[in-house]
Amino acid sequence: MPGSGTPLFLARRSYRRRRMMDAARLLPLVGLVLFLLPMLWHPGEAPVPDTARGMIYLFAVWAGLILATAALARGLAPALDAEEEAEGSPETGEG
Amino acid sequence: MPFDVLVGVSLVYVLVLFLVAFVAERRAARGRLRFLHSPWVYTLSLSIYCTAWTFYGAVGYAARSGLEFLTIYLGPTLVFVGWWWVLRKLVRIGRTQRVTSIADLISNRYGKSNLLGVIVTLMSVASATPYIALQLQSVTLSFGVFAAQTPGSWALPDQSATALWIAGGLALFTILFGTRNLDANERHHGVVTAIALEAIVKLVALLAVGIWVVWGVAGGLSDILARIDASDIAEWSLKPGRFAGLTFVSAAAVLTLPRMFQVLVVENTDERHLGTASWAFPAYLLLMSLFVVPIAVVGLGHPGAGSNPDLFVLTLPLSEGRGTLALLAFLGGFSSATSMVIVAAIALSTMVSNHVVTPLWLAIYRDEPAERGDVRGLVLMSRRLSIGLVLAMGYGYYKLSGGTGALAEIGLIAFVGAAQVLPALLGGIYWRGATHLGAATGLLTGFAIWLYALFLPSVGESGLISAQLMAEGPLGLSWLRPQALFGIEGLDPLLHALLWSLLFNTLAFLVFSILSFPGPVERLQGVAFVNVFEGRPGARGWSRTQAEAEDLLSMAQRILGAEEAQLFFQAQAAAQGSRGFLPDPTPDFLAALERQLAGSVGAATAHAMISQLTGGAAVSVQDLIAVANEAAEIKEYSAQLEAKSAELARTARALSEANAKLTALSVQKDAFLGQISHELRTPMTSIRAFSEILMEPDLPEPLRAQYAEIIHEEARRLTRLLDDLLDLAVLENRKVQLTVSVANLHDLIDRAVQAASSTRPERDFRYERDFPAEHMPVFTDTDRLVQVFINLISNARKYCGAERAVLRIEVKRRGKLVQIDFCDNGAGIPKAAQGLIFEKFSRLTDTSKAGGAGLGLAICREIMANLGGSIDYLPGQGGAAFRVTLPLRRQGPGPVPGGVASSGKDREKV
Repeated sequence: MPGSGTPLFLARRSYRRRRMMDAARLLPLVGLVLFLLPMLWHPGEAPVPDTARGMIYLFAVWAGLILATAALARGLAPALDAEEEAEGSPETGEG
Repeated sequence: MPFDVLVGVSLVYVLVLFLVAFVAERRAARGRLRFLHSPWVYTLSLSIYCTAWTFYGAVGYAARSGLEFLTIYLGPTLVFVGWWWVLRKLVRIGRTQRVTSIADLISNRYGKSNLLGVIVTLMSVASATPYIALQLQSVTLSFGVFAAQTPGSWALPDQSATALWIAGGLALFTILFGTRNLDANERHHGVVTAIALEAIVKLVALLAVGIWVVWGVAGGLSDILARIDASDIAEWSLKPGRFAGLTFVSAAAVLTLPRMFQVLVVENTDERHLGTASWAFPAYLLLMSLFVVPIAVVGLGHPGAGSNPDLFVLTLPLSEGRGTLALLAFLGGFSSATSMVIVAAIALSTMVSNHVVTPLWLAIYRDEPAERGDVRGLVLMSRRLSIGLVLAMGYGYYKLSGGTGALAEIGLIAFVGAAQVLPALLGGIYWRGATHLGAATGLLTGFAIWLYALFLPSVGESGLISAQLMAEGPLGLSWLRPQALFGIEGLDPLLHALLWSLLFNTLAFLVFSILSFPGPVERLQGVAFVNVFEGRPGARGWSRTQAEAEDLLSMAQRILGAEEAQLFFQAQAAAQGSRGFLPDPTPDFLAALERQLAGSVGAATAHAMISQLTGGAAVSVQDLIAVANEAAEIKEYSAQLEAKSAELARTARALSEANAKLTALSVQKDAFLGQISHELRTPMTSIRAFSEILMEPDLPEPLRAQYAEIIHEEARRLTRLLDDLLDLAVLENRKVQLTVSVANLHDLIDRAVQAASSTRPERDFRYERDFPAEHMPVFTDTDRLVQVFINLISNARKYCGAERAVLRIEVKRRGKLVQIDFCDNGAGIPKAAQGLIFEKFSRLTDTSKAGGAGLGLAICREIMANLGGSIDYLPGQGGAAFRVTLPLRRQGPGPVPGGVASSGKDREKV
């Protein structure tokens, strides 16, 4: 709610971090679409067998998603650190 | 590869696992957790997702249905890639609410209702049973492969015996490391570390077989790709429904399988680990499935690989004479199976004991909440029994289903069963309108359809659903045929069950949630779950209550263990700004206590136990305001004022208590001065009188000796009294000279017991001691310490009113401190007097009985302060109990440097 304490615009770094969070939320949807694309293929009916190509496609998408997630996790680590410290302090007695 | 060698290697491997778990537990107990807390251990422990089903079954699955097997790993990949959405929230909720299992999460969210806990528990047990059977089957089959290779060597009589042995061994391991302690956070470092090791073994094994297949058997990458297109697998056709459906159900299962929830949420020690796992776990899955198709293709085209594609991972190396590689593969499969069963058994047994056994026990013993005894023993025992039960059920299913069905199909049945929790779970953490009734009807509907349409038919012809019912439906109602509900035929049975069960589950959940109205606790929990990142308070639910802190302490001790509970109460009391063990039962304190208990016995039980003592939950004004958002700020302000005024009232109460204490002390001081004059005067009078008689010249010799003796005795008594007073003065000024030496604590206690035996020697008085624990070197002024012990023991001998008086002496080491508790079984000390007993002039009973001057405990307190320790009264132990705390090496208020003072020369006034 504007005017209720939170500023309307954020500093550059926080802005980047927010967009990074958006990207992290978006990534599984991208992955879902790419993973389900093979539903449009019909490997058995194709004139030339292309199961190997299908496999390479799926693994490539998979590896791409892993790399993207790793990059985002790196970028989001400071945000998590801040939260962990903020809420970790009252519970120092555990573990 | 001789079969005996295989059995030997497996046994050695199991021993290594025991050792790793043991060492990890030891390290954890010593607080050396750095390695155990690494994100890599967390990620590796997640790999229990890859069970024997992955290890053996994926190859078989690929041989039968081509690339469809990938869906089982793509679903979880999407969930982890989207960790910022669901996983992060789940883990946060799990940590703030101290969730112990998925059943606990659901029951906690929907108003801490135990009914839901029971439903989810039953569902989880039912759906895990075939899965556990699957693991037993795969290990048995893999043993069989080796046994068949070497017919000459000894082998187990039959396969079900092998399965029985494995089930028994797994039960033993799980009981040993899964139920060693009732951890307040329900974390098992030993088990998690052993599982991380197993994760590495299975990954290495599968990669080794894969690399060998691609570059050893086939001629490299291009050859293998050509072989794939040339093989039968290339004939597979992608069924869109199954492809999407399986991706969805595996994504759901990774969230809702009890064992995944256990490692993902319950065993999570740091939210940041999730960031690493978000990409490292999908990478693990990718590596696990990378060589599945090549192995399947090569196996299909290999004459020696046998007919069962589920076992290609083993039979391929064996047929090529690669014994060592086959052995490694066997260990990989063994690891996959065992780690899954262990975690599943832990997760399920936690649920069964928290949601079924403990509530039952509470209901039975509802009328005697004060009964002493350790609930922890009961909880641990019920967990051990449940572990046995879970494994026995898995074995039973294995026997019943004949151990035949393809691995992949059994695993998928379990997945669909576990996925039934998904609507209630997601609804619970994203939708405040989700209610208890909606969740219960949704779960029950989905579960019933799953049972009817998928689980029971899977048990087979010999099972519970006859062939006639399968073909014609119950009572001839053809639209109710288990695999063709509503007359929709031709659908894949799995997809059919998945579709209908989740459809009706979600529908019932939504409709009944909308129609019903949630209770107050439920609404609060809804806010706490949905808005977990906004730091909203959870349901506190405890307004002003009449609960006595002492009752709460004795209850908490039964669940958390005496030590843990006392530490917690002490910390809470310190947070409220008071010394001692008993905090005020404020709503905040009760909420914190409830969360602490929930970590051990689950939210519903913890809630029930506290309300048993506080006389029912009530929702306070503040809590309701947190729910109602309109005009919240104004109301919150007034609530803050209210809280402030409550705090003021508390402060005022504390002040008036302090004042009362001072007044009481002053009265006692006057009385004491009177008493002291009296005590001084009585011996003086008799000394004077007898010395006057002695002055008589013609006194007979025997009488003279007798009178001199009386004078001497009275003078000694006088000296003793003055000595005590002087001693106290010296101690209070910290000017006492300590003679520090090393001694065995056991000997010191012996000395004290010996010396105190002269107090009321005619009494039958028993000591309960733990000799092994007492042997501990202490570095302190031993004479002073023994003086304290003597005082406490003689007090117990003097005042313990029990018919069969027992004094329990417990020694515990806590880091650099040692705690010595002296607890008798008498009436204890009334609460009002507890604050005064260490004061100088206080005495509980009337003076004539006590005999002393009421300085004993005051001197004890001062001695302990001088030794750098403390002495406290320990409430809630069923009698008078004192705790002496002492540093193993004396530090703290030592003698003032340069100030040489002995008790004789000290001139300080009392």
